[in-house]
Amino acid sequence: MKGADTGRQVIVIGGGLGGLWATLAIAEAGHRVMLFSLFEVMRSHSACAQGGINAVLDMKGQHDSVQQHIIDTIKGGSYLANQPPIQSMCEDAPGLIRTFERMGVTFSRTPEGLLDQRLFGGVKHKRTCFAGASTGQQLLYGVDQQVRRLETEGRVEKQEWWEFLSLVKDADGVCRGIVAMDLRSLEVRAFRADAVVLATGGLGQLYAPKTTCSTNSTGAAASRVYQQGARFANAEFFQFHPTAMLGEDKTRLMTEAARGEGGRIWVPKDPNDRREPLRIPESERFYFLEDWYPTYGNTVPRDIASRAIWKVTRELGLGVGAVGKQGAGERGAGERGAGQRGAEESSAGESRDRVYLDLTHLDRGFVSTRLGAILSIYRKFAGQDPLETPMEIFPAAHYAMGGLWVDYEKDAATSGMKPGSPRNHATSIPGLYACGECDYAYHGANRLGANSLLSASYSGRVAGEAVASYLSGIEQGADAAPAALFAAETARQRAINRSLTEASGDQNPFCLHRELGELMTTKVGVVRDNAELDAALSGLRELEQRFERLVLGESSRWANQSLAHARQVLDMVRLAQVIAASARARDECRGAHFKPAFDLAIPAGKFPGDPEFEAYRERWKSNNAEWLKTTLAEYQPEGPRIGFEPVDLGLLAPEQPRDYR
Amino acid sequence: MQAETQSDALPIDEPVTVAAGGPDVLLAGEREACATADRINSSVELRIRRQDYPTSAPYWQSFRLKARPGANIVSLLMDLREHCVTANGEPVDPVAFEHNCMEEVCGACAMLINGMPRPACSALIADLETPIRLEPLPKFPVVRDLMVDRSQLFDNLKRVKAWLRIDGAWDNHERAPRVSPQDWAAQYLFSRCMSCGCCLAACPEFDLGKAFVGPASLAQVRLMNAQPTGRYDKAERLHAIMGDGGLSDCGNAQNCVRVCPKEIPLTSAIGELGRQTTLQALKDLFGGG
Repeated sequence: MKGADTGRQVIVIGGGLGGLWATLAIAEAGHRVMLFSLFEVMRSHSACAQGGINAVLDMKGQHDSVQQHIIDTIKGGSYLANQPPIQSMCEDAPGLIRTFERMGVTFSRTPEGLLDQRLFGGVKHKRTCFAGASTGQQLLYGVDQQVRRLETEGRVEKQEWWEFLSLVKDADGVCRGIVAMDLRSLEVRAFRADAVVLATGGLGQLYAPKTTCSTNSTGAAASRVYQQGARFANAEFFQFHPTAMLGEDKTRLMTEAARGEGGRIWVPKDPNDRREPLRIPESERFYFLEDWYPTYGNTVPRDIASRAIWKVTRELGLGVGAVGKQGAGERGAGERGAGQRGAEESSAGESRDRVYLDLTHLDRGFVSTRLGAILSIYRKFAGQDPLETPMEIFPAAHYAMGGLWVDYEKDAATSGMKPGSPRNHATSIPGLYACGECDYAYHGANRLGANSLLSASYSGRVAGEAVASYLSGIEQGADAAPAALFAAETARQRAINRSLTEASGDQNPFCLHRELGELMTTKVGVVRDNAELDAALSGLRELEQRFERLVLGESSRWANQSLAHARQVLDMVRLAQVIAASARARDECRGAHFKPAFDLAIPAGKFPGDPEFEAYRERWKSNNAEWLKTTLAEYQPEGPRIGFEPVDLGLLAPEQPRDYR
Repeated sequence: MQAETQSDALPIDEPVTVAAGGPDVLLAGEREACATADRINSSVELRIRRQDYPTSAPYWQSFRLKARPGANIVSLLMDLREHCVTANGEPVDPVAFEHNCMEEVCGACAMLINGMPRPACSALIADLETPIRLEPLPKFPVVRDLMVDRSQLFDNLKRVKAWLRIDGAWDNHERAPRVSPQDWAAQYLFSRCMSCGCCLAACPEFDLGKAFVGPASLAQVRLMNAQPTGRYDKAERLHAIMGDGGLSDCGNAQNCVRVCPKEIPLTSAIGELGRQTTLQALKDLFGGG
């Protein structure tokens, strides 16, 4: 290993699982890492991941195989993801788990002291390693501790409380550094870097407050590099997690592991049944997932579960949500009470929008050990104990399958990704890499549960290794780039700050954010329609124009949070346009992107071999011929330009339609 | 909420309260563009200790605003950003505060609420006595308003070497040793520490300018020393807490364990470390350590 002073300088932006893994890989290759984060890195959104991380260890006597993990991931994503990266990720997953284990991650154990595994959605095997119901937190802390150790050795330097504003590119379009803002002093300055890794996570705040994402998951950083020329792929594929507890300020995730461990989803068969849930006998309950999907039952993939809940509540009018159930404060809101049940009211008030997620039939000790963290969240925020009464849940914006387009080099010998290739996880801007949720690489049209902790970790390590290869191939580093480049970009960013600070309009950035979330939730949500998407696009353009009438409402020259937020919201609006435009361009149903007008619909009660099913399969194949392609968005000032590129299907040709019945 | 019942356990400065205006003051100024107004529930008074700069003098401001059903301190502060007017009707800069996950797992939003250090996101308005007093987490330098600089906490994790030394973050094709379910259950309690700083805020011995590492870092020593391979560096970690500012500076006030939002058995960890350091001291004296 080379000493820390002989390597090159790399900037990693974002300190969640992806960024920390990239940091480790780059530092271990002998390069200096400057790690930028909006806050102390251990507060990153990775900490919110609950249920687990997938890796084939075959610990449960079920004959699980890496091949099956690959197939499940490909089909879970409706064949939309390139297959070489999926193959490599699944092959490397057990090694990642071993490494996490050596870091001291507190994985839950079998009676023999080995790694325990549990069931997750869209699969038939117990493949998910977990640490209670706080797996993301535990994995994050594992790498956080390793990065802290490297910090004490002078190999990593953290720049916490700095916000990435833009890239500095040279005349050839190569990334030579960044401009960032100190969130306390508001100083804006440039940093040179021989390579930059963006690991800034998801964008659920576009749907705020109806999202499980942390308030810093804005997507602003990804939007900024998109606006500087990086391509954005598959933006229309955004996951709505089926089981979130509704709240006015945030919708809090109740892990899929709740169902993997035996939790059941149901509603009363009679929409007028107002009994306490546990007083409703089994025969009068509608376990709709088990009924509609007997093979996978409650652990169908998330896109399918979310649409089923949508159908039950919005179309069949069977939603629940009695007054006095959700939130301590709501107990006093009895006036919204009785007599509001039924299909008509269900669309009017969201209190009718919920379904039960029931753990009460399971062994209490088992549930407490395996799911304690979510029991605690539900008790604290809903004021009720899931061991005593079913939880009330509804789908909420959760995860971006789409993200910055990244390259990979296919290894002809293995058909996977070529290890160490500088092309892996390279964005369309030379010298800029992306990993974690802000890239688009692994999940296609729908992500399987517990594959995100895997892809975040794996892609971080791969991106780090790719950066090391890239650096060994460059002749001149950022030190040789002319100072004027950095000065010009810094001046541009300072001017933006000045104009925002001096703006004297009437539009408050926090209100604009609220409007953005409402627009996206109602018009670019679980179920989509082209007229609504057109309305969304014009609404987003109008929102963008209203930034010309902004007022910050905050004059402080120190730790001015309104300034940082205003900049973020504008970039979020521009990213929302990418999502809406990509959704508008794709006239089909695939994974999380659902347009009923183009639904091919599997014929009910028909299976492979039946003529009706085979006719469906042909329709499905000809639809694939037209639409099985990656959506690419490129920034244009007047709005995103949408194009497409083919998908590498070398491993598993799309012959079998997704079918979880 | 366990924390509420102990609100008198910790000394706090008496707030210098700004006279509160009626609820009509806020309603008169409320912005129609914001969609909050139609879902409002009850009116709440917040008294917030503010500070413009790290070195400037703190001052108190009162706000009266509507709390939506299920509201918590973070959601109220978020609402306040949209239209920040004091109870006296004076428009002021929004209150600076930290928040991220809003489900008590990231540790960002810890502050002093009615005198108790606790995460603001899980502090439900319906459970709090009003007026609600908000202050920055004590013991840490104030950055602005309710934001503090907790870098000391992370420096202390470095000081006690709160990590396992691995050869590298690559797969070496070896599994880590087994961990019994019983050991796992004990370790998992400590690995849920989110470095919020509540225990340090409540600890009478932890303060800037004092050397004590505090309960959070000590609990991590307990965790690392119990890990199968973490035991290899046990002596080094124990030595880090055997000198000035180490374990012996704990005054056994037991405030830490009472305020920990994750109910981490911090005092048990400190007790166990007492035995470990005693043994280590003997080993150091007689060799073989």
